[in-house]
This record gives sequence, structure tokens and C-alpha cells, in this order.
Amino acid sequence: MENIERENSKICERQESRLSKHSFIRILKNTCRPIIQRKVVPSMMKWIFTGMILLSLVFGICNGQGEALNAAAISSCEKAVTLTLTLGGSICLWSGLMKVAQESGLTEKLARLLSPITRRLFRGVRPESPAMQAITLNLTANLLGLGNAATPLGISAVRELAKEAPPHAKHTATDPMILFVVMNTASLQLIPTTTAVLRLKYGAAEPLDILPAVWIVSLLSLTVGLTLALILNRIFPLESRKRDRR
Amino acid sequence: MTHFIIPLAIGGILAFGLYKRLDVFSLFLEGAREGMKTAVSILPALIGLMTCVGMFKASGGLDVLTAALTPAARFLHLPPEVIPLTLLRPISGSGALTFFEELLRSFGADSRIGQIASVLMGSTETTFYTLAVYFGAVQIRNTRHTLLCSLAADCTGFILSALFVHLLFG
Repeated sequence: MENIERENSKICERQESRLSKHSFIRILKNTCRPIIQRKVVPSMMKWIFTGMILLSLVFGICNGQGEALNAAAISSCEKAVTLTLTLGGSICLWSGLMKVAQESGLTEKLARLLSPITRRLFRGVRPESPAMQAITLNLTANLLGLGNAATPLGISAVRELAKEAPPHAKHTATDPMILFVVMNTASLQLIPTTTAVLRLKYGAAEPLDILPAVWIVSLLSLTVGLTLALILNRIFPLESRKRDRR
Repeated sequence: MTHFIIPLAIGGILAFGLYKRLDVFSLFLEGAREGMKTAVSILPALIGLMTCVGMFKASGGLDVLTAALTPAARFLHLPPEVIPLTLLRPISGSGALTFFEELLRSFGADSRIGQIASVLMGSTETTFYTLAVYFGAVQIRNTRHTLLCSLAADCTGFILSALFVHLLFG
């Protein structure tokens, strides 16, 4: 344990000397690091997972929903398997099609077309690499609103990014991975078809009159997510972390 | 028109492969086989996630949180009726869609609530599912600050949906 502490402080010193010019960043880093680096963020999913289950236990008891809670606990894993099977079909289809597109040079063409955007965002990734091609395809599918295609393509993108990760960062998200996943958790869809169809069904005079608002809001929330990711990537770089903790 | 995008994409990719004189079908099979491994690798993460989301929805925790968040929502001009949607949206795609349909049915698509809910649905994604699928596929355990950034983006989306509906629809 002491060893780890010493190693940590050594790393911090190194980092600090590098960033000494930016005193604001240093102050921010020193205040946030103990919270973010050691406790909260690396194990965030662990806390959310346990927290949500314990919360639902408390709420379930208070609301007298014991029966529903029990049913949900038993049947949810079954739903996950069904979802994997449903998703599995389209993952296989699009992985196969992507292989064809890759071999025929189609993905490379598309990657070059979108490279003005992707190159700036994913600086660590080589523009001609398979990872960048997969990222481009995922981006295209997202913009066109092809959710079924975007997910499998996105999965191959993170797989390619994982191959490029430094060996000590196994089981840890790298900077481009974070940007990529954040990009995918924001909605990039140009025309939200499902929403439009439902609006039409419930009597909207102009189902697509929400488009300007949707575009502005998506763009702004995407900007917030990506900017925060870029800033946090700088403040808490991957190298400064200890190797993966189990 | 949007119905033709996927068939066109599939046809185009295959036709271009043939034009390049590739053995399209065996390449397809090779890729699909890799896809099968991927599909299996995301299962554990999905089981964990869907169990905790399912239990949370069944526990009635959503109503309690809605009540707790109402004052904050009023301050942001977000109608209280929309709060459950903002809570559901990051964790459950189908749950959010069901609730969205419910909102449209009871208030109408062109009501203020309907408009805000529509913009919110159109401009956000199912964050937790995306995280589980993508990080599950490469067995990432330490997601660093991904969730923080994604949730910041989501919150921005929720707050701005209300704001821009008020601005653009008067």
C-alpha cells in the first residue's frame, strides 16, 4: 500500500513539473484528483451498479413493491440474453458487410472524406488506421440514424482502438475511446425518425418542426461532453494512473 | 425515403465489392464470424446493467426521485411531467420510448410538454446502454471519466431542451 502511495506521489510530481505553467490546471487537478482518480471515477460503474440495486431495494420496501422487484430481479437477465440475440444478428450482419467494405477500399474512401472532422477529434489515432475507418463508419451510420448499423460498427471501432492501447492500459479506457464513447452517448442523428413518427401518430401538425431545436440542443450537448472529455483527458492522463486495479 | 437507406447501403457495399473482384460472400462470413464473438462478449455487461435498471424501475424509485427533483426542474422551466423521462432516458431506451409515447398521448404532440419531450428524445441517447455495450465488448473495467462526460452532455441536453423550446416556440 505504501509502495503504491509513493509511486503515486512520484507520478504526481512528474506531472506537476510538466504542467507548472498552468497554475489553474494544477489547482484544479490537486483538488479534484483525490476524488476523481482514486475513489469515484475508476470505479464509477461499480458504485452505480451496487447503488441502484440497493436503492431499488430500499424504495421497493418503502413502496411495498416486493413482488414486482422480485420479478424484475429474476426476469431482467433473461431480457439481456434476448437483447444480445436480437443485437447479435445485426452485429454479425454489419461486421460481415464491414469486412467487405474494408477489403474493397470503401471504408478508406469514406474515412478520407470525413477526416477533417475525425482527424482533429481523435488526434492519437492514425488517419489511415482500421480504427479510424471504423469510427468514420459509425459516425456516418449515426448521422443517418441507422442505430442498428451504428452499434456493431461502433463495437468494431472500440475493438480496433483497444488494439492500439498501450499494453499497461489493459482494461482501462484510453483517451480516444473516451471521446468515441462520449460521442456515441450524445445523439448525432440528423433526423430523429422514431420521434417524428410518434409525433405524427399523436397529432402533430408539423412533426419535424422540432428539428432546429433538436439540432441546436444535440450540438451543444455534444460540445459540452466532448470538451469536458478533452479537458479531463489532459488533466488526468492515462500514463499517470496506476496499472489497472482489480 | 429513409426506408431505403439500409437496403441501399447493403446493396452498395456488396456491389462495390464485386466490382473490385472480391469473394464477397466468404469475406462476409469471415466478418460475421468475428461479429458473433463480439455479441457474446457484451452479454455479461448487459446482464448486470439490465438487472439493476429493471429492479430500479420495478421498485417505484422513479416516482420518489421525480418528487425530489420537482423544485429543481421548476427552476429550469422543465415541466415536472417530463422529469421521469429525463431519468429514464440515460438508463433505458425502451422505457424512455414508452414513457414518451405516454406523454404524447396524454398531453398531445404540439403541447409544450410534448414539444419539450420530443426535443429531449431527439437530442439524447441511452448513455448507460452505450457504455455497457462498447466497454463490455473490449472488457474495459476502468472507464475513467467517460460516464461523467456523458452525463454532463445528457444534463446539458435536458436543460437546453426546455430552454430552446421556450425560445423557438415562444
